[in-house]
Amino acid sequence: MEKRILVIEDEPNISEALRFILSRNGWQVDVSADGHAAIETMRKDPPDLLILDVMLPGLSGFDVLRSVREVECTRDLPVLMLTAKGQGADRAEAERLGVTRFMTKPFANAEVIAAVQDLAGT
Amino acid sequence: MARNALTGTRIRARRNMRGLRQSELARTVGVSPSYLNLIEHNRRKVGPDLLDALAQALGVSPDTLAEDGDARLVEGARAAALRSGADLADLERIEEFTGRFPGWAKVLAQTQGRVERLERVVDQLNDRMTHDPYLGEALHEIISAVTSVQSTATILNDAQEIEPDWQLRFHQNILQDSARLAEGAVALVNYLDAAKDDEMGLAAPQEEVESWLAERGFHLKELETGSSPSEVRVTDQIALSSEASRTLARRWVARFGADVSALPLEPFVSAIDMYGMAPDVLAETFQVPFDQILRRLAFLPPEIYEQRSVPAPGLVICDSSGTLVFRRPLQGFTFPRFGGGCPLWPLYQALQTPDMPLRVPLVTAGRLGRRFIAFAYCARQGQMSFDAPRLLQATMLVIPDDATQHTDKPMLSVGASCRTCAQLDCPARREPSILMGAV
Repeated sequence: MEKRILVIEDEPNISEALRFILSRNGWQVDVSADGHAAIETMRKDPPDLLILDVMLPGLSGFDVLRSVREVECTRDLPVLMLTAKGQGADRAEAERLGVTRFMTKPFANAEVIAAVQDLAGT
Repeated sequence: MARNALTGTRIRARRNMRGLRQSELARTVGVSPSYLNLIEHNRRKVGPDLLDALAQALGVSPDTLAEDGDARLVEGARAAALRSGADLADLERIEEFTGRFPGWAKVLAQTQGRVERLERVVDQLNDRMTHDPYLGEALHEIISAVTSVQSTATILNDAQEIEPDWQLRFHQNILQDSARLAEGAVALVNYLDAAKDDEMGLAAPQEEVESWLAERGFHLKELETGSSPSEVRVTDQIALSSEASRTLARRWVARFGADVSALPLEPFVSAIDMYGMAPDVLAETFQVPFDQILRRLAFLPPEIYEQRSVPAPGLVICDSSGTLVFRRPLQGFTFPRFGGGCPLWPLYQALQTPDMPLRVPLVTAGRLGRRFIAFAYCARQGQMSFDAPRLLQATMLVIPDDATQHTDKPMLSVGASCRTCAQLDCPARREPSILMGAV
């Protein structure tokens, strides 16, 4: 069965590129630009992996990550966090909240694919 | 090989345009048809003498057949591919890509050059960002555009076939993001040029005090454990380099000491747990001025907020002139380092209505639109005396909006300062935004 990945990213061109490269690598990809809606979706139907941007409108990526870790059904969900600010403070906050992998923008597509395959154990 | 690879393609194209057969051209320039065939398929180098002869036979200048620009295109596209982690097989085909799609190769090479220039700017700004946090959102926009261009260019450069619809869409995305990059870069350069004459170091006493407090997590734990303000060390502190900053630091320490005495940690935290972040209720409970509650909330031990999984609040204080005399930053809500803040901030509304506490839901202007709740209050300063000037100080506490803080009041859209605000049609705007095209 095709594995599912949820991308929470508010930059449409980045999420389009991610959707394309991940789909081409055999993933079923859902995209959301809204943290609140994505949390609701995940609670009903958790994906196999989450790619999460830090800077989002409304709820930040940190807020979403906190929420993900609070709920039983997504507590162990692998989360790959993307940020344009690769500063120590962001990384430290993400690690404190339980991120699985952290990647800074701009990233190489091959890096994302490799990280996703690694996190998903595929 | 790179320089000559496209030359072969050009020779072939020119020969076809003139209706010459390969064997005819080969005979004219004195090489075998099979050798010319190899040249035209970019498998053999073309020496300068042969290039001159071919150019003469085809009625063009040698430069037309072999321009340095082609080599630059290939190298630019190659650099973009290398930084995006393309594998060797892709790199082998970069000349083919450049030859087949010279226009898109030009876009890619130019974008690569722009990315490199922007990265140099980003490096230079890195340190500055630490002290000038509202630049962060502008840089975020640029880095997002760079990410999109890089990722999309890699897809287009990939050896795998892409359906025409997707190809068109990605081409459009690259053009869109390239324009966004250019606008963002211009805005940043303008900003940096304009700021050249500004003071950029941590020289101002107020900034030194804020930096010193930031290092301590905006919390003076000595005060919580019974030490008097005079026992808090402000000498021999690296961040406090001048007597002016140490004097200012002592003043703030004395003020925080008074706040701690009036609002001891344990009962205050218990009250927060009971009533939530409700400064009005807390002020009533402890019978203290509203602004004292706001300051105390901003200077609690960091672990109090960490344990409750909420970020520590931001705090900004201004004097009667509106000058910001204290700033404690909050993620997502930036306070300007220079000049005044957004005229729409409840801080300034409070300044106009002393002794009246305000609670205003805020949303930050721009695409991200973060939601916050601001509590503001203006108190009179100094002792009452006849004919003394009327001095005021306004305080604003900012906390992230969450489900428990929703009110029926409409959200007020605010920025950090006019210079970097995306709300273009704001009636309170003092000056044009330098980021108008970038956000």
